[in-house]
Amino acid sequence: MAQSEQEILAGLADIVNEETGLDTASVEMDKSFTDDLDIDSLSMMTIVVNAEEKFGVRIPDSEVKNLKTVRDAVTFIGGAQS
Amino acid sequence: MGILEGKNLLVTGVLMDSSIAFHVAKIAQEQGANVVLTSFGRTMRITQTIAKRLPETPQVLELDVTDSEHLDSLAERLSAHVDHLDGVLHSIGFAPQGAFNFMEGTWDDVSTALHASAYSLKSLSTAALPLLGEGGSIVGLTFDAKFAWPVYDWMGVAKAAFESTSRYLARDLGPKQVRCNLVAAGPIRTTAAKSIPGFEQFEETWDKRAPLGWNVNDPVPAAKACAALLSDWFPATTGEIVHVDGGVHAMGQ
Repeated sequence: MAQSEQEILAGLADIVNEETGLDTASVEMDKSFTDDLDIDSLSMMTIVVNAEEKFGVRIPDSEVKNLKTVRDAVTFIGGAQS
Repeated sequence: MGILEGKNLLVTGVLMDSSIAFHVAKIAQEQGANVVLTSFGRTMRITQTIAKRLPETPQVLELDVTDSEHLDSLAERLSAHVDHLDGVLHSIGFAPQGAFNFMEGTWDDVSTALHASAYSLKSLSTAALPLLGEGGSIVGLTFDAKFAWPVYDWMGVAKAAFESTSRYLARDLGPKQVRCNLVAAGPIRTTAAKSIPGFEQFEETWDKRAPLGWNVNDPVPAAKACAALLSDWFPATTGEIVHVDGGVHAMGQ
């Protein structure tokens, strides 16, 4: 079932928090994973794999490089769910 | 009945579900094997999540093949899950980025690559040996090291050492009736491959050169060959390198 943007954002923030220890409140829509949240490629892989499990979607490797901001990820996951 | 029915296998190198090792584990389970995975450090969490995508979720043990404590305790830690091993898959390689520039690579870069990617076959085999009985099979993954490839550089040299290591293991483990063989796979778009700068140079030409054609997105042919070598169907084969490359290795051009 498709979730709202806010639900996806909250779920994603939990995953980011679990991987990096960053406060969930810091995971905001317009933040860049690499530049603002300082997430490296290995952490990004962990986040992607856990997001796939949590949201029941597949995020192809070819898509991961396009997920530059939190919004990009939320939008992709929302689209993949619908 | 599957060709790996009742066998206990240790499978290293499962990171993503695009990993060759993931498909070896999957095929092995489908063929009746009981599989234990290894991972280490920060990749443990990824492997544990990906492991749930296998037909049966296996145990994931921590093993850094360059860590002597991990290696020394491996057999004991494995004993909690299996009473013996029938096979081991080595699907491990690492080289610092500097090693992918042949003329500039430093000894630090190169020695790290050799330790993690070549010597590790001996380390892993030695660590597993207490549990490996007669008929045991060690299988590793190489990228044909007879040639100088674009961009592969010191990793290519490490693979040459890896292939030689396999032959010496075949020599020294043969009397214990333990085999050691390698699969030389064509280029496959795995996480490891994507970390090699310029990997796409392989992708573009391999399909054209292979008489059977080649799909860089399909790890299954290489995984099937590993499963076959882990089985009892190659009982008198050791020190061998089976090419799973669409036939490229046999072509002049």
